[in-house]
Amino acid sequence: MGRNLFDKVWDLHTVRELDSGQTQLFIGLHLVHEVTSPQGFQMLRDQGHSVLFPHRTFATVDHIIPTHTRARPLADSLAEEMFVALENNTDEYGIQFFRAGSGRQGIVHVVGPELGLTQPGMTIACGDSHTSTHGAFGAIALGIGTSQVRDVLASQCLALARPKVRRIEVNGELGPGIYAKDVVLHIIRKLGVKGGVGFAYEYAGEVFDRMTMEERMTVCNMSIEGGARVGYVNPDETTFEYLRDREYAPKAEAFERAVAWWRSIASDADARYDDRVEFDAADIAPTVTWGINPGQAIAVSESIPKLADFSALDRGTAEEAYRYMQLTPGEPITGTKINVAFIGSCTNGRISDLREAARVADGRYVAPGIRALVVPGSEAVRKQAEAEGLDQVFVKAGFEWREAGCSMCLAMNPDKLVGREICASSSNRNFPGRQGSPTGRTLLMSPAMVAAAAVNGKVIDVREMVS
Amino acid sequence: MSEQQAVLGSRGHGVVVRGDDIDTDRIIPARYMTSITFAGLEDHVFADVRRSQEGEPKDHPFNDPRHENASILVVNRNFGCGSSREHAPQALMRWGIRALVGESFAEIFFGNCVALGIPAVTADPSDINALMDTIELDPIQELNLDLESMTLASRIGSMSVQMPDGARHQLLGGTWNALSQLLNAKDEIVETSLRLPYIDEF
Repeated sequence: MGRNLFDKVWDLHTVRELDSGQTQLFIGLHLVHEVTSPQGFQMLRDQGHSVLFPHRTFATVDHIIPTHTRARPLADSLAEEMFVALENNTDEYGIQFFRAGSGRQGIVHVVGPELGLTQPGMTIACGDSHTSTHGAFGAIALGIGTSQVRDVLASQCLALARPKVRRIEVNGELGPGIYAKDVVLHIIRKLGVKGGVGFAYEYAGEVFDRMTMEERMTVCNMSIEGGARVGYVNPDETTFEYLRDREYAPKAEAFERAVAWWRSIASDADARYDDRVEFDAADIAPTVTWGINPGQAIAVSESIPKLADFSALDRGTAEEAYRYMQLTPGEPITGTKINVAFIGSCTNGRISDLREAARVADGRYVAPGIRALVVPGSEAVRKQAEAEGLDQVFVKAGFEWREAGCSMCLAMNPDKLVGREICASSSNRNFPGRQGSPTGRTLLMSPAMVAAAAVNGKVIDVREMVS
Repeated sequence: MSEQQAVLGSRGHGVVVRGDDIDTDRIIPARYMTSITFAGLEDHVFADVRRSQEGEPKDHPFNDPRHENASILVVNRNFGCGSSREHAPQALMRWGIRALVGESFAEIFFGNCVALGIPAVTADPSDINALMDTIELDPIQELNLDLESMTLASRIGSMSVQMPDGARHQLLGGTWNALSQLLNAKDEIVETSLRLPYIDEF
């Protein structure tokens, strides 16, 4: 029987088996940001270690950076301290830091791929759960904690238990107005937020074969929301064409050699899997969350489920969601009034996301009283969007056009919900308090659906607006 | 505290936080992570469910004086899902938690606990419920988590608990801080890197 990509890449990066039965895994690419690294660097210092492979770690600033101004020092002195700590740490250890204003700053999971750092067959780690994004290239990419950031800095390795591999096939054709975000929300809704614990997800089938790299990144990004620490798509021509001529991608003959190797690490046709699941693309509609975790999602045409619709095991969380969201079971999700619209994040802050949102916003205007933000995922995305005139489309439609960062996805910068505001959001988490207000509420959806909600002031099926 | 101390279990009072899918944003909201250290996180553990927006304490087990010395946290399913922030187990640890018992844990959170020498063991839902009930009834009873026998003893008796072998081995063997072990294989690390095509222009 053949081998899947996960097994090939894992075995290639295995330094040795540890006494514990875990694997000492070499990490090919380490990405670092300001929130989860300062304590890691400090531990390194306190414990007398250095950075073993400084050229395999790259850093940028994304979580705390304001998106309304690039002025330094930051108004928040603690945030400024984190910014300075990352500048100093990367200087001290000789680590490449993509500074704000360099044209290469942005959300770490947007920057890695667009610079060509993220490549097939790598192992990739970052102190951020959405590191699974990089799996879109056929890499094993996983989020780690700060002690593990220290481990990677000092040894370029992690001690990890090997997960099982589940192949998730989505076949058929997605209808118009249905996006990668809908595909992943659908998968999480069906398999549950803990369905993927202990698994790496291999996404395959016709829908993924046809997807662009940016769409694949959106799906892999949210693997962790389904409990899977790792999600990946096998590399193919789409992957190779994306990587061609990227700054850190191999060039000329090296690129051709790379492609040959990248092909070889893809899952074999007769590869073994621990589990297989299949979905039909025809069953996927524009999907919106109504609750307090990403699995509490429904098709936009559906009503908010009633308590009786849940299995006994899921009722507790459903009741908690009703209390927190103050939405009425049995009522349609369309028509739910919003206060804020947020387009951005490592899930949906790339150029194709902004293009789709702009297509909806073009010639329309944000509904009265709605605060609408567009936050490009990186400086490069921002520049590209401006070259295409998307910024003008958004500004004319009443959206705020911002600088690159994580922004209101987790609200560690000044972009926050206020009070019980409801936000139509292209981000990845609808947890209580996630967007900066302890009582703020989040409805996750695709960027096009967010734009549609912004101009209507309420949740609406984007398919009614774009034909 | 030695970094390489064996963790054989934990003994102490329990505290119960009921509910499935309690995410790490809930354990420590992001706005408390604006710091270059983990110091002081204990003051903000479960901040948004422990205090009203006006700062008044709400009805929450971590506010209950009967649990102020608790060191074993008992939870339901998929505890610690979401963000990979080590701030979550750090906040719990600095508050006083030394072990967790639950129906299940999210993967990254579990790994972060191990890296701090905090065992997170699982047990059957019916056992967890019984344990929660007895702790709520008698909060100052002593619980005894033993990783050698993989049992947890309370007033209602001894129940069996589970944990992946690798993590258990790390805790019992005092290698839960994986770094020194990882660095023991420096030659192999370099050898591994050299067989990776992408390390040097394919």
